[in-house]
Amino acid sequence: MQLDQLYQEIILDHYKRPLGRGLRDPYEAETHHVNPTCGDEITLRVHADDGKIADVSWEGQGCSISQASASILHELLTGTSVGDALKVHETFVELMQSKGQIEPDESVLGDAVAFAGVAKYPARVKCALLSWMAFKDALARAGAMEVPS
Amino acid sequence: MSVITIPEGMPQYVEKPRLDVEAIRADFPILSRTINGHPMVYLDSGNTSQKPRQVVEAMVDHYFHHNANVSRAIYTLGSEATEAYEGARATVAEFIGAPRADEIVFTKNSTEAINLVAHAFSGTAADPRFRLGPGDEIVISEMEHHSNLVPWQLLCERTGATLKWFGVTDQGRLDESNLDELVTERTKIVSLVHYSNILGTINATSRITKRAKEVGALVLLDCSQSVPHLPFDVVDYGVDFIAFTGHKMLGPTGIGVLWGRYELLEAMPPFLGGGSMVETVTMPRTTYAPPPARFEAGTPPIAEAVGLAAAVRYLQGVGMEAIQWHEKELTAYALDALATVPGLHVFGPTVPVGRGGTISFSLAADDGTPIHPHDVGQVLDSLGVQVRVGHHCARPTCVRFGVAAMTRASFYLYTTTGEVDALVRGLAQVRKVFA
Ligand SMILES: Cc1ncc(COP(=O)(O)O)c(C=O)c1O
Repeated sequence: MQLDQLYQEIILDHYKRPLGRGLRDPYEAETHHVNPTCGDEITLRVHADDGKIADVSWEGQGCSISQASASILHELLTGTSVGDALKVHETFVELMQSKGQIEPDESVLGDAVAFAGVAKYPARVKCALLSWMAFKDALARAGAMEVPS
Repeated sequence: MSVITIPEGMPQYVEKPRLDVEAIRADFPILSRTINGHPMVYLDSGNTSQKPRQVVEAMVDHYFHHNANVSRAIYTLGSEATEAYEGARATVAEFIGAPRADEIVFTKNSTEAINLVAHAFSGTAADPRFRLGPGDEIVISEMEHHSNLVPWQLLCERTGATLKWFGVTDQGRLDESNLDELVTERTKIVSLVHYSNILGTINATSRITKRAKEVGALVLLDCSQSVPHLPFDVVDYGVDFIAFTGHKMLGPTGIGVLWGRYELLEAMPPFLGGGSMVETVTMPRTTYAPPPARFEAGTPPIAEAVGLAAAVRYLQGVGMEAIQWHEKELTAYALDALATVPGLHVFGPTVPVGRGGTISFSLAADDGTPIHPHDVGQVLDSLGVQVRVGHHCARPTCVRFGVAAMTRASFYLYTTTGEVDALVRGLAQVRKVFA
């Protein structure tokens, strides 16, 4: 296998210098997700304001893939409208479930296109999705998903 | 390499039986495959072992020439299958020094064997040794596999009994310092891992079995990792039950073993109900067959028993003492080799004494940042090196050592020092990727 397809520079950069890390106030909802097979954990807070994702803050423990993924999620979704964030979310999940069969759209996914390689490693897909699942859960709990887009 | 000096007059190291690792490897076709363009280095035998040709062939021969259901057919094939199944029971009994073949109960795996014993306990058990309620206690340890932890938690929930446990020292040894306070007249059973699947520790059991006898508690030893790797005799160990699992000892998946003293098995109620475990069945009630049939409801794993017996014969052919010494040498070699890897920390004993060839560790980059086991395992896999990463079904042990996950290399009779070298080279590569 091509290790550098999995561990792309972008992923390693986000892993070493994660964005948005540290739990911040204010927030409407906080979720805690774990990956029971490996014990990786993430705590994630969402602050939605006026139909926008004002902040996504997080704290986690896990592998490079799960940490980089949380960092990229923060980068991509902070400041976007809730509707757009959900669209990016859907596109990312679809990419991760594609088994490497989808050509990722950089205009939607930004740095997250680097995860296309991860989709080929079934054992690591869960790592990449950990923070994204926590995000969607938090958004639902915050009641922000009903906000008209 | 660490040198273990044995005092003169004692049996010397060179007198220990040896094995020919290359000849053994030739019996395991899978060991010659490649992974990602590299020769495969299989270092996950603690999870499941590979299978020699002899085991697979015995199962094929059974299916091709002797297949029928057991204990219910009078025709030739049926009696051949029954003979093979009961013959496997006798082979396993002899392997662990069981006084009687009918002390061997075939289960699905270790997990089922432990659950079977846990289910014998209740508030209404006929035999007082299995009667359990509020005020009674069960003792385990902080280094248990979830299989020897969750069944006891569930039992405590059902009965109101209390779960207690031995701690683990910083060196990864069982902390027996409070043995007398922990195992008391209130203790009904001590269920302990013999050889830890995560720390590699092999627990000394004699003080514990002695104390358990004093207070009238039963002892179950989880031998999932020990029976495959060292000579084991149930009479020598003086325990009441042991559990082990076929797939970790060169045998197939789908079969495990509960050994129990016959008199205890006789005192235990059935576990699952169904065919083959009965004596007389009428519409309102049933009387149960004596052990082991009482605990083997339904069609048992017949071909798997044949495979397990072939595995036992294979292990006996090589010799359990030779296997034990091969792994001891490998462990000494590996502990020394791993000590040369910067940023590597071994969890569990760091000397090859009172431990087996299962080594868990953490790895850090040059700047001290820990490299997550997932990432370690992924880079190693790209080099053909197969190790397990995660909590190894022993999460409380990970918590005890303050980590969410560990990387683990585990050896068996077919592991070579060359494979240990490949691991060490792989770890250098991991540190390069995450520098
Ligand atoms: C110490 C120990 N106990 C119990 C088990 C459970 O074995 P099985 O999954 O075959 O039931 C294992 C295997 O992982 C083990 O290592």
